Amino acid sequence: METNPQIINDLAPKKFGRYGKVWLVFLLLMILVSFYAYGQQLIKGLVITEMRDYALWGVYISNFVFFVAISLVGSLITAILRLSGANWSTPLTRIAEIIAVAAIIMAGLTIIIDMGRPERLFYLFTHGRLQSPIIWDVIVISTYLVLSLLLLYYPLLPDFAILKTFFGKNTKPGKWYGRLALNWSGSEKQKSLYNRSIRILSVLIIPVAFGIHTVTAWLFATTYRPGWDSTNFGPYFIAGAFVAGAGSVVTIMFILRKTNHLEAYITDLHFDKMGKLLVLLCLVYLYFNVNEYLVPAYKNTKEEAVHLAELFTGEYASLFWLAIVGGLIVPIVVLIFPRGRKPIPAFLMGMLVVVGAWWKRYLIVTPTLLHPFLPIQGVPENWRHYYPSALEWIITFGTLAMALLIITLLVRYLPVIPIHETAEEKGIEELKKSKRT
Amino acid sequence: MKEETNNTRRNFIDKGLKIGLLGAVATGALRALNSCKDTVTEPEETIELMATDGTMIQVPLKEVEEIPSLKSEGYTAREGYPNRKFVMVVDLARCKNAKKCISACNKSHFITGENAWLKVYKMQDSPETAPYWQPTLCMHCDKPPCVKVCPVDATFKRRDGIVLIDNERCIGCRFCMAACPYSTRVFNWEEPAQGETTEINLHLGHMDYSPDYTGMPSQKGTVDKCDFCPHMIDKRELPHCVTACPNGVFFFGDAYEDTVTNGDETLRLSTLLEEKAGYRLMENLGTEPSVYYLPPSNRLVDFNEGLENYDEFKSVNIAED
Repeated sequence: METNPQIINDLAPKKFGRYGKVWLVFLLLMILVSFYAYGQQLIKGLVITEMRDYALWGVYISNFVFFVAISLVGSLITAILRLSGANWSTPLTRIAEIIAVAAIIMAGLTIIIDMGRPERLFYLFTHGRLQSPIIWDVIVISTYLVLSLLLLYYPLLPDFAILKTFFGKNTKPGKWYGRLALNWSGSEKQKSLYNRSIRILSVLIIPVAFGIHTVTAWLFATTYRPGWDSTNFGPYFIAGAFVAGAGSVVTIMFILRKTNHLEAYITDLHFDKMGKLLVLLCLVYLYFNVNEYLVPAYKNTKEEAVHLAELFTGEYASLFWLAIVGGLIVPIVVLIFPRGRKPIPAFLMGMLVVVGAWWKRYLIVTPTLLHPFLPIQGVPENWRHYYPSALEWIITFGTLAMALLIITLLVRYLPVIPIHETAEEKGIEELKKSKRT
Repeated sequence: MKEETNNTRRNFIDKGLKIGLLGAVATGALRALNSCKDTVTEPEETIELMATDGTMIQVPLKEVEEIPSLKSEGYTAREGYPNRKFVMVVDLARCKNAKKCISACNKSHFITGENAWLKVYKMQDSPETAPYWQPTLCMHCDKPPCVKVCPVDATFKRRDGIVLIDNERCIGCRFCMAACPYSTRVFNWEEPAQGETTEINLHLGHMDYSPDYTGMPSQKGTVDKCDFCPHMIDKRELPHCVTACPNGVFFFGDAYEDTVTNGDETLRLSTLLEEKAGYRLMENLGTEPSVYYLPPSNRLVDFNEGLENYDEFKSVNIAED
């Protein structure tokens, strides 16, 4: 089928504009500074963080959980919506898959930052023990990374072939896209293989996506600690992950629509649909939150009581209510109205959801550790509290910048809206129209 | 206290403990654990040795020579001593927060920071009940949650009940610390300042690293904790906290031989636990600790005496001792 040249022209990757370059330099600078900070950590040890024997995990781990959570969006938009036949999501699939790949790569890197002995990472493979949830995480995250890369790559094959002709066989980008297209010719055999592979991948990635975040939840739930010791943790994390992921898609699709002038492809309809989806996901997550906090609060055992008091009214109260009200309730209220699902308010709510989701993970990881079963005595007073140090923040922001850099580079070199699929759908629509008339 | 052991053996152990200062001789409870059937016959030859208090004493030569290392053929740090089950009993009725256990432990394991492996907590279960001092160390659980979660087999359970850490294997993920409900694990957040202690330098030249002497040396970015002193057991001596305690709070021994000792008294473990209603911390978690506690009833010491030693925000400085 001949692809509409207008579509190709609109969707082909474009060079960075002035803002794009500024953005790139900004990200690179942040990453550079974080490399310096991480160098300090390698030399001096984790003492440069504010973590100590009680607050033994901190912002690195919560940031890791955040990345894993965000990465679930790939399976949500590409797999779940694709399989359920929600065709409106087609222009968003690539964005979601790009976010997923960036997030899962960064999840893997972030967890290394937290290690006291990163140079012994390969012991996980040479001395790994299957009974440790960390090994489950290693297995399931690497599987998810491979599946996500494939699910990003396969739908790109026809697009690469289209781009090869678009840029011209003998230009540099044309050659690259040609190589990446793996001799895609669009023959019937290739098409059926292509469709089957994507369908199989879409089915396969769902249990693996559930796996990565359930196992990540189990890193906490398999301990005895009040606040973590919960059978609710797996589904609670998954529900929260879909919220964070959908929020990130809404945010990034708004930005890309502006920067890449995609108004004709990412329309108000998409914000409307994503807004509705986000409301549903937020409600589900809110339900799990009620379970997670209300049941222990009702029983109010001594250990839980201390922990919950800290969250509801204590040191972490302002953060906690900001994450719950700002990150969940406000978005639900705004997005429930059709006006709230217009691009700008939906974008703002998406941002709020993502920021709230980031802090929510911080609140899941940190306060629990400061309430062990036995009293904290005989250690310096500041070991009873935790707030990340400046270097810890720099490293954390560095990881966020790296995730954004991966997204930026993928957006620069890949068509952010699937050209082939869009053209095909437009063609089908036109065919229907012509049949009717 | 009911006497379970016969007098000859107690005298023998008592005498045995007074030796060993020169490091040439090692004896004590573990000797008794090793050979319960020992009876002392009239000594023929004697040897002069310096006792812990500095006086010279005559010791039968036979007793001195009879003590080989506990490590038998094929001993490995991961397997431990065969046919042993090391346990500890902590008698809360005797603890007055003297903190000698902590300083001895810190000194002997070259702990240089605030990260003591042994802590004495000021406990009070409810406002109406009496406060007490609770020395807390690694429980060497029979179902250790830390071992369960370790991804690289760095922390492990030995056949003799001891839980150890291989600091050359540990990747520093700290999952074990999160898993331990007793908060007994500590982390080397920075390069341990052990280079400053001359003693460890003396040792380090001659010794290869082995997990059964934790802290020898400590390694940046890895987890440490109480090791139940296998290096002392090997010499048939008691762990440092046991011998350092002026009140005999800590009893150490072998559950298979049903015997524990604090250096002065040697008692039947089962009888002791039964008569004093011994218990373990957080029994409900199912971790099966190897450390038992005797409740702080009929106290031999005044709780308030410990208060002057109590420092909420500071560990014991090793330089003090």
